[in-house]
Amino acid sequence: MREQLQPVNRWSVLATQIALTLVVLLLWEAGGRAGWVDKLYFSKPSDIGMEIGQWLSHGYILGDVTTTMSETLIGLAVGAFAGIVLGVLLASNRFIGAVFEPLLVLLNSIPRITLVPLFILWFGFKMESKVASAVALVLFVVFFATYTGIKDVDPTLVASVRVLGANRADVIRHVLMPSALTWIFSSLRTAVGFALIGAVVAEYFGANAGVGYRIQYSEANFNTAGVFAGLAVLMVLVTFVDTFIVWTQRRLVRWK
Amino acid sequence: MQPAIRLLGVDKQFPGGYTALKGVDLHVATGRFVALVGPSGCGKSTTLSLIAGLEMPSAGHVYVREREVTGVGGGIGFLFQRDALLPWKTVFDNVALPLRLRRVPNASAQQRAADWIGRVGLRGFEKNYPHELSGGMRKRVALAQTLAYDPEIILMDEPFSALDVQTRDLMEDELLQLWQGSGKTIVFVTHDLEEAIALADEVVVMTSGPARVKARYDVTLPRPRVIEEVRMDPRFTDLYRAMWNDLRDEVLESYARATSAG
Repeated sequence: MREQLQPVNRWSVLATQIALTLVVLLLWEAGGRAGWVDKLYFSKPSDIGMEIGQWLSHGYILGDVTTTMSETLIGLAVGAFAGIVLGVLLASNRFIGAVFEPLLVLLNSIPRITLVPLFILWFGFKMESKVASAVALVLFVVFFATYTGIKDVDPTLVASVRVLGANRADVIRHVLMPSALTWIFSSLRTAVGFALIGAVVAEYFGANAGVGYRIQYSEANFNTAGVFAGLAVLMVLVTFVDTFIVWTQRRLVRWK
Repeated sequence: MQPAIRLLGVDKQFPGGYTALKGVDLHVATGRFVALVGPSGCGKSTTLSLIAGLEMPSAGHVYVREREVTGVGGGIGFLFQRDALLPWKTVFDNVALPLRLRRVPNASAQQRAADWIGRVGLRGFEKNYPHELSGGMRKRVALAQTLAYDPEIILMDEPFSALDVQTRDLMEDELLQLWQGSGKTIVFVTHDLEEAIALADEVVVMTSGPARVKARYDVTLPRPRVIEEVRMDPRFTDLYRAMWNDLRDEVLESYARATSAG
């Protein structure tokens, strides 16, 4: 007999996910209370919740989130824009591509986190160094996606559109960009996480506001609950931005 | 009457040393339907790319309407073997694309696109994306797209080879109906001799790679033609036999080369 492929019920998937999360949190909480896990290092969910509650009531969190999100989003926007422009430029001009592609591969091999102290040196403790660090991470992800997306385009489509009367700019607009768009969007999802890493790490290195700063400050005071609370806030932020990107992608790449 | 297309001693060598064409002379009169036949991979497609200006000859000259081809110009349509519709544009936007690229005023572009979509029998599919259509329907869209900007010369590179036999017969009949009386020049590449004879005024047999012109035949079958009927015509069979004699040697030779190389 042939095996039937049953579609997965999304409600039972969701229920299982929630149940699993609850089980892990409860075990963690119980472990913390019973002393199986060291509260100094691992804290426990109720303390983390209290910490977040405190941040909310003191209003720290709003300032921190706004700071980190502005850095992340500006970094994402600047990095993505630069990445797309570079990608289009290098992929549509063979000479420029041949000159600069190896250079970008080389730069990409630098662990970007090591540049953060340099950015702080150049741009100071203010927002600019955080944005620069986010840009350094985002730029390459988006650049390589755009570059591959354009190189990947079916040459028949380009030939066809040229015969239909397209000039260089028309080919970019009607063929290369739409073809690259799918690649760019999937890279943007990775890039959001990267932008946030860039911003938070730079805050961690030196800042006076932001979620990364809050984590670093908590850690310096042996406030483990504060560190976890910061991580929880970051998780929520990324989920929001990711949902927004998926929603935009569905609207813009409708032809798939 | 001035020739629509002339190739004089054209060679085409690709980087890497592969010679696709060697000394090709071709003359296509305005308004004629000319079929280029030859074994697969013999350089027929390259000939079309040269006429369209997508490729430049390594030696010799290519003239379109008595002007040397120096790049992609207007006034030529090209139906590719592979799907060349933009997958991210709807049927309507694909058909309207050449008009928009030519800066045709929007109202007139919309009307012409709608008109051609109707004429190829796709009314009601304007808002569909290419991946939602069958192979035959996509070919119709491509045909409407090409005819919408009214090119004087249409190049076709085995446009129907991926379709099933019934759809193909239908498309061939439609093509003849659309072409008849339009005064357009068509160069139709195929490896199928029956298709070539049924459609064309003139069949040019090419040698296997590097391609040269081996022979040309006038197809004197009366028009208008209906594909299924024209195949029963005794003159069709005579022409077929004569041409197949020429083509067979080329096919065998290219087959031998392919098997010895493989």
